[in-house]
Amino acid sequence: MPGITREEVAHLARLARLELKPEELEHFAGQLDDIIGAVARVSEVADQDVPPTSHPLPLTNVMRADEVRPSLTPEQALSGAPAQEQQRFKVPQILGED
Amino acid sequence: MTDHVTIIKLTAAETAAKIASGELTAVQVTEAHLARIEAVDEKVHAFLHVDREGALAQARAVDGKRERGEKLGPLAGVPLALKDIFTTEGIPTTVGSKILEGWIPPYDATLTKRLKAADVVILGKTNMDEFAMGSSTENSAYGPTGNPWDLTKIPGGSGGGSSAALASFQAPLAIGTDTGGSIRQPAAVTGTVGVKPTYGAVSRYGMVAFSSSLDQGGPCARTVLDAALLHEVIAGHDPLDSTSIDAPVPPVVEAARNGSVDGMRVGVVKQFRGEGYQAGVIQRFDESVALLKELGAEIVELDCPSFDLALSAYYLIAPSECSSNLARFDGLRYGLRTGDDGTRSAEDVTSLTRAAGFGPEVKRRIMLGTYALSSGYYDAYYGSAQKVRTLITRDFEKAFEQVDVIVSPTTPTTAFAIGERADDPMAMYLADLCTIPTNLAGNAAMSLPCGLAPEDNLPVGLQIIAPALKDDRLYKVGAAVEAAFVERWGHPLLEEAPSL
Amino acid sequence: MTTTTDLVSYEDALASYDPVMGLEVHVELGTKTKMFCGCSTELGQDANTQTCPTCLGMPGALPVVNAIGIESAIKIGLALNCEIAEWCRFARKNYFYPDMPKNFQTSQYDEPIAFDGYLDVQLEDGETFRVQIERAHMEEDTGKSTHVGGATGRIHGASHSLLDYNRAGIPLIEIVTKPIEGAGERAPEVARAYVRELREVIKALGVSEARMEMGQMRCDVNLSLRPHGREKFGTRSETKNVNSLRSVERAARFEIQRHAAVLNGGGTIIQETRHFHEDTGSTTSGRVKEEAEDYRYFPEPDLVPVAPSRAWVEEIRAGLPELPLARRNRLVAEWGITATDMQSILNAGALDLIVATIDAGADAASARKWWMGELARSANESGVALDELAITPAQVARVAELVLKGDLNDKLARQVIEGVLAGEGGPDEVVDKRGLKVVSDDSALGTAVDEAIAGNPGIADKIRGGKVAAAGALVGAVMKATRGQADAARVKELILERLGVSEG
Ligand SMILES: [Mg+2]
Ligand SMILES: [Zn+2]
Repeated sequence: MPGITREEVAHLARLARLELKPEELEHFAGQLDDIIGAVARVSEVADQDVPPTSHPLPLTNVMRADEVRPSLTPEQALSGAPAQEQQRFKVPQILGED
Repeated sequence: MTDHVTIIKLTAAETAAKIASGELTAVQVTEAHLARIEAVDEKVHAFLHVDREGALAQARAVDGKRERGEKLGPLAGVPLALKDIFTTEGIPTTVGSKILEGWIPPYDATLTKRLKAADVVILGKTNMDEFAMGSSTENSAYGPTGNPWDLTKIPGGSGGGSSAALASFQAPLAIGTDTGGSIRQPAAVTGTVGVKPTYGAVSRYGMVAFSSSLDQGGPCARTVLDAALLHEVIAGHDPLDSTSIDAPVPPVVEAARNGSVDGMRVGVVKQFRGEGYQAGVIQRFDESVALLKELGAEIVELDCPSFDLALSAYYLIAPSECSSNLARFDGLRYGLRTGDDGTRSAEDVTSLTRAAGFGPEVKRRIMLGTYALSSGYYDAYYGSAQKVRTLITRDFEKAFEQVDVIVSPTTPTTAFAIGERADDPMAMYLADLCTIPTNLAGNAAMSLPCGLAPEDNLPVGLQIIAPALKDDRLYKVGAAVEAAFVERWGHPLLEEAPSL
Repeated sequence: MTTTTDLVSYEDALASYDPVMGLEVHVELGTKTKMFCGCSTELGQDANTQTCPTCLGMPGALPVVNAIGIESAIKIGLALNCEIAEWCRFARKNYFYPDMPKNFQTSQYDEPIAFDGYLDVQLEDGETFRVQIERAHMEEDTGKSTHVGGATGRIHGASHSLLDYNRAGIPLIEIVTKPIEGAGERAPEVARAYVRELREVIKALGVSEARMEMGQMRCDVNLSLRPHGREKFGTRSETKNVNSLRSVERAARFEIQRHAAVLNGGGTIIQETRHFHEDTGSTTSGRVKEEAEDYRYFPEPDLVPVAPSRAWVEEIRAGLPELPLARRNRLVAEWGITATDMQSILNAGALDLIVATIDAGADAASARKWWMGELARSANESGVALDELAITPAQVARVAELVLKGDLNDKLARQVIEGVLAGEGGPDEVVDKRGLKVVSDDSALGTAVDEAIAGNPGIADKIRGGKVAAAGALVGAVMKATRGQADAARVKELILERLGVSEG
């Protein structure tokens, strides 16, 4: 199993939106490597013709009727907001497509 | 008037009976427990939040109902410690994390609603490993909880607050959640009873998700019957949870009142022993098997080879799901926000908030899950883990063709010292070796005390595993074992715990 | 910020290259509630009044699938000649964005509910082109952000943004075509015709109003070029959120010209997101991401699989309405018109109005004539859509009936319509008020005209001699004889006709 590099950890941290300090990157690289090394044996079954189980119970077709239920009040919806304005969640500038 | 010490030692069933008969009022019972919390919780640290006023108000409402002659439910007026993972409208819910410090949910979890509807008195919210990730409650952002048997030892995790509250008589009932053993392992190391019901038996609506396909709420208590009474209150179909079982709750209370193993086939899986198991744990387990035989059970040796891969599969599936479930904690809609100085982007503020709000174990699992799901690794890790899950389910199916229940030690060791495994994630993960297969397959399991390990005088747990939807078998077997042990010991195991 | 983009002429581009298109259309379903919670989907409500723990992504909240969302997806799949999955799941598409409360989108990934279908679309000249459908899958919409502090509400330069999650979680169906090959120079026209046909299908199914201007239907245009004769596709660009039929065509056309210019100059196309600008008809490059997106899809563990029974699918199939193309083909035959005529009717937005007019009792020819003639002209002059005119199909049918009965002639009927449009009341009211219920049939008027000519030979001669203005006197005589009930203009026409003179 190839070792997990610092760069890979940095990439994962960006994907996961975690601002990690250089020493944390180092620390996690080692730990993730250990853990992955230990659990990688699941791939022993990778070629086996076994269906994957994503769910412990064989339920299907759980649906609800298209009926309106009461929503929260806007006060409740926004009650935990770190910042709000005009009954909307106020968030810092978004880096996005423009 | 009954004194506080007598009240807090009562079982939930006894308490409910005394309230129903008028021998005790719900307010007296609640006050006794609030006083106990006041007296000992500074040392134990089982609670993150005590809702004194809310609890007394609920108790008064129960007393009012009784005075008016209204019918009371089987647990009306009985106090309960609720794991801080279930939302409670108007009461802080932190999941043991800084990222939700001060968050007051605008809604009740289905389980919370059911408890309230059953007139169970919610004393407060209990400590836990952050986002239920851990086996020791050391990962709580709000400090560790002590094991009432020895405050320098862990009370198990993630539901260490709930198990410690029971073992220190701060509440006769508690709620836990079990993703890889977080109800059963704390029960085992504190000498209490914990049940992970069949997946889908207890609604997850309002239970903050760690790993959706594994998480399951369940009852914690000091006796098998109390656990059954609580099980019946919290289980049942919930249309707000798509993964909730739409079928009647198995007759758990009836089973708990009629404990027996006579004529039952009980399986012992050879994979549940060997390296890493403490001698005293194995000793108590073997005695339990002998006891089952004495009580009329037939013991069957079982081979479940895929169980050896369970821990590995678990440490891929649970982190994968958690990496996605915890993405919503971004500092934008609720909870902590860090670094918003007016110049930073939402993206940066989210990264800073998550870095500041999550503890190291949560970060480690998010990173691990992000890795396991990322393109190029998915098939080898997440995909393979899902196949292992199928194999484990098949092993259980084969086993349950031969036996009615399986028994094992709940944990390989007794409670370890706080700090002992904190820097060694892999060592910590081993605590869930025996409990994880059940979560992967979705069936039901219980842990109940089976004695103290001779080498450290700490509780050992016996795990009973039943097929999915056959939760009642846990109670039938558990009640029989419990009765036999109490008879053998002359008293419940917790009587041997040091007084705090 | 001005960016100039090199373009080659459309003809030159097509001379060297063969365009390949992929179209991805998102349709917001018209369900009463959101896809995974019971919040209302009603438009135009105050910010954050239609949210709950689930669609706000609050800790602990869980999704439950809207049955009508599934049913609508199956309807769309069947109408697009797709196979309906026997078993499929939702997945999580993981990426962080402030308008998405859970920071993952609940969407279908490798197990769509509908797949492998096609949609036949008709081009302007009536030719049919078959667009192959790859899949139609279910997902959810995001919230809406308003950018504050920058210029003109753009994200760029904004100091902060405000989020309203009323729209978060509204059901979406994403319909993805297979690569559309072989359309050649007509590719942009095919794109437009496809989106239009799809919109008609969606409307006919009643699963959405599919109003593009309201964002209920949005199109992404993926386009690549390859030299003629080459099998392998070129690198594609993805132009996002093209939100009108005209823009779909223009975006495709622009990208063909832009790609050709890059390729001709020896450059390579980079796979990127592009934005379409309505004002200029051009596209510009989106933000370049330093790292490739990795959505880490995995099956949504909070939802169970969807396994529509074959019985349910067949029940839905049996209940499907007649689909637009079949209906148009039927009407072309019934009305005896050409495919091109039908295209004009479709372009004018007159089809449903004509059908409604026929349903209200008019004959097909009259219904078509009025909507495509007088009314189309009137709508055009006032710059409104046909269905926005202040006249109902029933009223048009009444006018046609009056004409048919001979109570009105065309010219008077036009006045009646004018009166209705002006708000003077229904056709009968206008006839009354304006006194238009006249003797207008030529046989009745003819006798009076003949009598007037015979009774005024001098005037008749003058007219014959070219003094057309003298006809007024004869008209007056006829009006007198018919006690004012004749159509004066028609009378004048008849007089001139009989005397062999033409006006002007
Ligand atoms: Mg999509
Ligand atoms: Zn909602």
